[in-house]
Amino acid sequence: MTSRKKRILIVSFILIGISIAATLILTAFEENLMYFYSPTEIANGEAPKVRAFRIGGLVLTNSVKRNPNDLKVTFVLTDTVNEIKVIYDGILPDLFREGQGIVANGKMKPDNVFVADEVLAKHDENYMPPEVAKALEDAGALNPYQENKVAK
Amino acid sequence: MYKWIHQFGSPKYFYDISLCLSKWVTIVCIVCFISGLYGGLVLAPADYQQGDSFRIIYVHVPAAWMSLFIYIVLAASGAISLIWHIKISDIIARVSAPIGASYTFLALSTGAIWGKPMWGTYWVWDARLTSELILLFLYLGYMALQSAFDDKRIAARAGAVLALIGIINIPIIHYSVEWWSTLHQGPTITKLDKPSIHFTMLIPLILMVIAFKTFYITTVLIKTRSEILKYECNSSWVKKILGN
Repeated sequence: MTSRKKRILIVSFILIGISIAATLILTAFEENLMYFYSPTEIANGEAPKVRAFRIGGLVLTNSVKRNPNDLKVTFVLTDTVNEIKVIYDGILPDLFREGQGIVANGKMKPDNVFVADEVLAKHDENYMPPEVAKALEDAGALNPYQENKVAK
Repeated sequence: MYKWIHQFGSPKYFYDISLCLSKWVTIVCIVCFISGLYGGLVLAPADYQQGDSFRIIYVHVPAAWMSLFIYIVLAASGAISLIWHIKISDIIARVSAPIGASYTFLALSTGAIWGKPMWGTYWVWDARLTSELILLFLYLGYMALQSAFDDKRIAARAGAVLALIGIINIPIIHYSVEWWSTLHQGPTITKLDKPSIHFTMLIPLILMVIAFKTFYITTVLIKTRSEILKYECNSSWVKKILGN
């Protein structure tokens, strides 16, 4: 075996070795790499009961209720299968609206209400001018969120 | 292939080719940058949800792609230099690292600026953002390693091993938005079906991607040439150039 072939072997061993190591590590930490839980996962009892965690889903249409005197707002998060009621007291991001995907950080209360202390908007991967969006909406197919609402 | 690598790896051959290449690449870069910037900031329509804030995509996405691309260059030239001991690939890796780090920083900072109004936060520790931050640390670690050794050959070899080990982060960054639930959105353009961006917004983006890539190529060619001159300063062909 020439020394060049040996070096090729060493480089391939490095690459194969770290691929295996990374796969094992990522599989082991799979759960911790999840940024948020869906309402269905919470319904199945996969989310932590005591400590704070994040929940992600779509804001159900006609579910946002604002308190006229302060910043308190309640809304329902859905993944089109299960629903979770969320209470939040704070400033909402620009993209927060009904049908929008959001991520909330907080704790589950015993009465199955999620009390959020942070609400983040999750943007989707669609970019288009308003006219195109309107034309698509008129045709009945805007984006995944809209389709989900139709499916519901 | 083997012969071609060695021919390309000869300093004089590389110097001559790069001289004639970099002129054209620079022209392409300037044209694409100006037209892409004008198209993105003036001609492209505002987004239906984000309004004008979406325009940061014209810097963020090309910078993020280049941060991954340059790391692949770093690792590939590391492998070439480990296996075939080609000096040019050492030089290319060494001059690429600071550019890659700058692009990574640009992607992270533009993302944070966009994140505040859109998501409601500058930073979250989701899989995409965290792995991109690790990429920045890999670049910085590579640069630190390069300056830690006086002997350039040892520095190049150590850097090559680090670059090869770090390459595992590249697929993780790319697929992070698909493997795990992240706050960062999924891919818009690099998915198999048609891109989820209107073509009036896509064209300036493509121009900006070309501009960022050609900027990298030009910078690498210029810096590599100056390193070659420094390294080969005693050879006859360099003396001939400098004599003229």
